[in-house]
Amino acid sequence: MVKKNIHRIYMFLVFIFLYAPIAVLVIYSFNDSTSRGNWGGFTFKWYIELFQDRDIKSALYYTVLVAFFAASISTIIGTLSAIGLYNLKKGPRAIFMNLNYLPVVNPDIVTGLSLMILYLSVNMKLGFLSMLLSHITFDIPYVILAVLPKLKSMNKHLAEAALDLGATPSYALRKVIIPEIMPGIITGFLIAFTLSIDDFVISFFTTGSGVTNLSIVIYSMARRGVKPTINALSTLMLLAVLILLFLINKKSSLTNRDNKFDGGY
Amino acid sequence: MGNKIIELNNISKDYNVRVLDRISLFVKENEFLTLLGPSGCGKTTTLRIIGGFEYPTEGEILFEGKNINHVPPHKRQINTVFQKYALFPHLNVFENIAFGLRIKKIKEQAIKENVKSMLKLVGLSGFENRNIESLSGGQQQRIAIARALVNKPKVLLLDEPLGALDLKLRKEMQIELKNMQREVGITFVYVTHDQEEALTMSDTVAVMHNGEIQQIGSPVDIYNEPENAFVADFIGESNIIEGIMHDDYIVSFLSKTFKCVDYGFSRNESVHVVLRPEDIVIVEEEAGHLNGIVTSSIFKGVHYEMLIQTEDFEMMVQSTYKSEVGKRVGLSFGPEDIHIMSKEG
Ligand SMILES: Nc1ncnc2c1ncn2[C@@H]1O[C@H](COP(=O)(O)OP(=O)(O)OP(=O)(O)O)[C@@H](O)[C@H]1O
Ligand SMILES: [Mg+2]
Repeated sequence: MVKKNIHRIYMFLVFIFLYAPIAVLVIYSFNDSTSRGNWGGFTFKWYIELFQDRDIKSALYYTVLVAFFAASISTIIGTLSAIGLYNLKKGPRAIFMNLNYLPVVNPDIVTGLSLMILYLSVNMKLGFLSMLLSHITFDIPYVILAVLPKLKSMNKHLAEAALDLGATPSYALRKVIIPEIMPGIITGFLIAFTLSIDDFVISFFTTGSGVTNLSIVIYSMARRGVKPTINALSTLMLLAVLILLFLINKKSSLTNRDNKFDGGY
Repeated sequence: MGNKIIELNNISKDYNVRVLDRISLFVKENEFLTLLGPSGCGKTTTLRIIGGFEYPTEGEILFEGKNINHVPPHKRQINTVFQKYALFPHLNVFENIAFGLRIKKIKEQAIKENVKSMLKLVGLSGFENRNIESLSGGQQQRIAIARALVNKPKVLLLDEPLGALDLKLRKEMQIELKNMQREVGITFVYVTHDQEEALTMSDTVAVMHNGEIQQIGSPVDIYNEPENAFVADFIGESNIIEGIMHDDYIVSFLSKTFKCVDYGFSRNESVHVVLRPEDIVIVEEEAGHLNGIVTSSIFKGVHYEMLIQTEDFEMMVQSTYKSEVGKRVGLSFGPEDIHIMSKEG
């Protein structure tokens, strides 16, 4: 009994430790008083102010735009790469898989810095395009990681069956393989989108000419002194990421259920 | 049965090792040819080469007299029923069967009619909207056949299509498949490791072992005149005994000399002698050619399968009459029951 209670208290403390900062942030985003530590009543005014701020609106626009395009393009490239990897022989596949893991574990700051140096060395102007390219770069490995398991659990004769029935290889890809691995592709897209939305380090290094995303705006606002609008903005980002995570989880639990059927034929 | 529709000439296939070694065979129009052999002997590989999923390392494959070595699968007038069906799980039964027709851009109305008549042929009318995952193994297997047959291929390849079914369903499907083949008049190349299935369904059987063809012939020929000990042993249970061919029509084995119907061996050639368990008759002790003691007796449904220990060989005998274990009996067989095979194969 005592042991069980200790467990509970321990869990409770961990959660407080993890979530208290977030809770404080969310609560203060509704605080009418500007000074921290004072509760001045409930208000939406920071949210309203947020949407009147030009910089924030432009950052929101770029964030969503970059996330959407980066996720879409990396999903296409990542899916095709995964199919290519899947069709390789065992040895080369293992090599490429490890090459694929490298960017995933590479510290963001190294990735960001090296991308920046790359762009500068080819005289590319830092801005929207460079930021988009960077996001595509760091999204692709995650898409591959989401799609490859679906390919592996697919009956490996499906593509052959399609060819056998007269399908050209590209028709087989469109009508059989892609639909079959769709759950993995959607998961990959959602992961890429989420990573893009909350990326700060790589974006910070690879953007310029007045193009910023929300993370960068929050960072520069915080440097000038914490305004309650930051709380509101951060709360909204938190909400967006939570929703995306929820979708990804729902998607992958559905996918797991599908997998159980795969053995059946 | 008419012209040769498929011909394999000295086909070899190497992966890291050689898995097919100079396979030659031909299939005639409307023929039901079965590749029969134990697991790993190269049946699937042979079928995949005919289907276009593997290219031969050596040799040539002809379709209606033309070399198709490098024609990709989607350009061959051949369809396949895969070992594990490979139905498309994201499509329903109708769309699975319609898959090949849609590629040929056939009109929707014609597709509907074709699919419907196919479902009728395989005995699954009304299953159009069913989900693939909701079907039993036997039903999936029939959909796989329908999906291939609807394209009216000149040749249908089937890779152990009945492997996953229980015995009763397998027997039923064997008959159904054979009837379908007669009805639609398509050439079948069928793969199985079940000798009974091969013998009951085929016009021609090709027995394979270790990537080589051991014998090709009608089921009756293969059964009655196996060319070597492997075929004899694989086709039904056999007693294979070391023997010596003294002269034409005279053979000795188990320290006795017998009359037989084979000839053309060299004098005193050492040979394999095959005695089929159902050809041996159990008689009173001393009334037959050999004497022995019954060591086991098992009921197999239609007959009893008994092992009889003679002086230096354990003989398998099948009979509808039971002999008790421990009883001393005699064994009798005629000259035409003795099959002689040279050891070279
Ligand atoms: N892609 C491959 N790479 C290497 N070896 C292979 C490959 N495919 C088949 N083999 C080998 O070739 C041999 C023949 O295989 P195959 O699948 O043709 O046998 P099978 O007669 O169909 O057997 P089963 O009855 O078990 O299906 C086996 O030894 C197998 O291990
Ligand atoms: Mg096989």
